[in-house]
Amino acid sequence: MRILVLLEQRLGRLKASALEALTIAAQLSNKQEANVAGLIIGEGISGLAAECKDYGASKIFCCDAREFAHYQVLNYSAALSAAIREFSPDCVLGMASPLGRDLFARVAARLDAGLLSDLIAVDHEPQQGFLGGKKPLYAGKVIATLRFQGDGLKMATLRPNVFPPQQSPGAATLVPFNCAVPASGLKVREVKKGQSTTLDLTEASRIISGGRALGSKENFSILFDCAKVLHATVGASRAAVDSGYASHDMQVGQTGKTVNPSLYIACGISGSIQHMAGMRTAKTIVAVNTDVEAPIVAIADYTIVGDLFKVVPLLEKRLAEY
Amino acid sequence: MKIVVLVKQTADTEATIVLGEGGKAIVQSNLKFIINPYDEYAIEEALLVKQAHPEAEIVAISFAKPSAKETLLKALAMGVDRGLVIDDSGLENLDSLGTAKILTAAIKAENADLVFCGKAGIDDDNMHVGVMAAELLSWPHVNVLIKLQVQGKTAIAEREVENGEIEVYEISLPAVFGAHKALNNPRYASLPGIMKAKKKPLEVKTPGDFGLKSEQLLSNSRVFIAHYELPPKKAPGKIFKDEPLEVMVDKVVTLLRSEAKVI
Ligand SMILES: Cc1cc2nc3c(=O)[nH]c(=O)nc-3n(C[C@H](O)[C@H](O)[C@H](O)COP(=O)(O)OP(=O)(O)OC[C@H]3O[C@@H](n4cnc5c(N)ncnc54)[C@H](O)[C@@H]3O)c2cc1C
Repeated sequence: MRILVLLEQRLGRLKASALEALTIAAQLSNKQEANVAGLIIGEGISGLAAECKDYGASKIFCCDAREFAHYQVLNYSAALSAAIREFSPDCVLGMASPLGRDLFARVAARLDAGLLSDLIAVDHEPQQGFLGGKKPLYAGKVIATLRFQGDGLKMATLRPNVFPPQQSPGAATLVPFNCAVPASGLKVREVKKGQSTTLDLTEASRIISGGRALGSKENFSILFDCAKVLHATVGASRAAVDSGYASHDMQVGQTGKTVNPSLYIACGISGSIQHMAGMRTAKTIVAVNTDVEAPIVAIADYTIVGDLFKVVPLLEKRLAEY
Repeated sequence: MKIVVLVKQTADTEATIVLGEGGKAIVQSNLKFIINPYDEYAIEEALLVKQAHPEAEIVAISFAKPSAKETLLKALAMGVDRGLVIDDSGLENLDSLGTAKILTAAIKAENADLVFCGKAGIDDDNMHVGVMAAELLSWPHVNVLIKLQVQGKTAIAEREVENGEIEVYEISLPAVFGAHKALNNPRYASLPGIMKAKKKPLEVKTPGDFGLKSEQLLSNSRVFIAHYELPPKKAPGKIFKDEPLEVMVDKVVTLLRSEAKVI
């Protein structure tokens, strides 16, 4: 089974999740290096190929040109489709990032491929290859087992932070790859920078989130201070976002982001069904709440019953001692 | 100007999910259905475009059971002009690309200039159908849309990506836009709106009406759901209360280190 992996870079940095996808590809190929190739798309990114050479691929295609400096779905679709023609894989893997999810849906429609998105488990058998995988539905209330059928191209995106990357000896070679981009009715005018320098919520391995109880935008600073010490990203409930305490890209939940950190600290968040939809798969959950009856307590591994305005600064102080 | 809004009905966000025998299906009979929350932003955006282009007609299209007329009625009450359900009977297990093919046929039949949909369905959370329809139509798209300004034959569209970063596109129309939450504030249906909705055209058609064959769609369907299961229940956690805060914080930090091993 031949597998092509889209190795996502952002702002010239290889995403950690790229190595997660390569690791899964190596497993799907039964460690047949020759059957795994990576693809990096961008401008000035060829140097990144070296970072992924020891993960079980034989080649890293580098589509390195001006037109790919910014993500533009039609240009990136042209590049991914061309690489698929070149390598003729049975299966294409990527990450369930904003880029991966957008691009894979477009290319799957173009190539009439089967597409599974945001998988949290991958099923494969040495004989039959890539069967499908698991994915949470209905905001995590159900886990579905999905299967490919027929013999078309199989495409899948994997949820970040789920599959631990593993090196396997190898020496992937860099293969420069050119691809013409079509004229299209889509132009990137500008990319407005976000303010935060931390990892995005969807990729963060530690998150500290605040709810309505924070009471104001200013008060969120206690979470940002604590996050700095913890190397965490700050999230929020919808109540906090809708009240203007937190920006809308910070929202975790059914109508916000689905996150999968190893540590999620919920401060002054009651744990509505919609909020839990976005964070229930966190490995360890800590609740800081004045109300021991709050629903979040039922899914928390550790609960501190107390006033967050006192607990969070103590937490920061204690963590700083490490 | 013709605007199509793709509307999906989804189980209410509070719904308890019950599995049928052997995890083969989700029991539907106890579910209350709502308009997929992201689709409400799509409907609102279509209504805002119409405010600037009063001659525009807005059609809401749903690939669902005929009973989804109830759900579309809500879209009509918000101000959508016409509703169309494409009956999915026999095609419940079609994959998202198959769904996109059907909706594409309907969009073509409507001769639409603009298509709005939600950025994802909150049930299967795939983010597939709108993007796939755009590809099948050979139109550009912007999904996860948080701002849109239509200016004649082009539009300026903002897409939220990650870390608060926003991609700003100039996009030529026709195009498909997938609405995100920050896009607008969906209006509530007014009482007169609800009364008027009942008189608006609300049709049910089949894929066959658009020249599509169910057997062919099914044989080209490339993914399916083999099994459902409920997520494993978590063991109850440790609760610390009625102790000095410093002590509780210390205990939890120690456990995060020694037991959970996450710091
Ligand atoms: C269609 C739909 C989609 C939705 N999507 C989302 C979503 O994506 N994400 C989301 O979060 N919500 C979502 N919601 C909203 C959700 O239903 C809740 O309203 C929201 O999550 C509540 O936020 P909260 O926990 O911050 O506020 P509350 O429910 O008001 O909880 C506040 C908590 O703070 C505690 N508290 C108060 N003071 C203190 C203190 N000093 N110290 C410590 N604890 C304190 C209280 O005990 C309480 O538990 C959605 C709702 C709908 C209908």
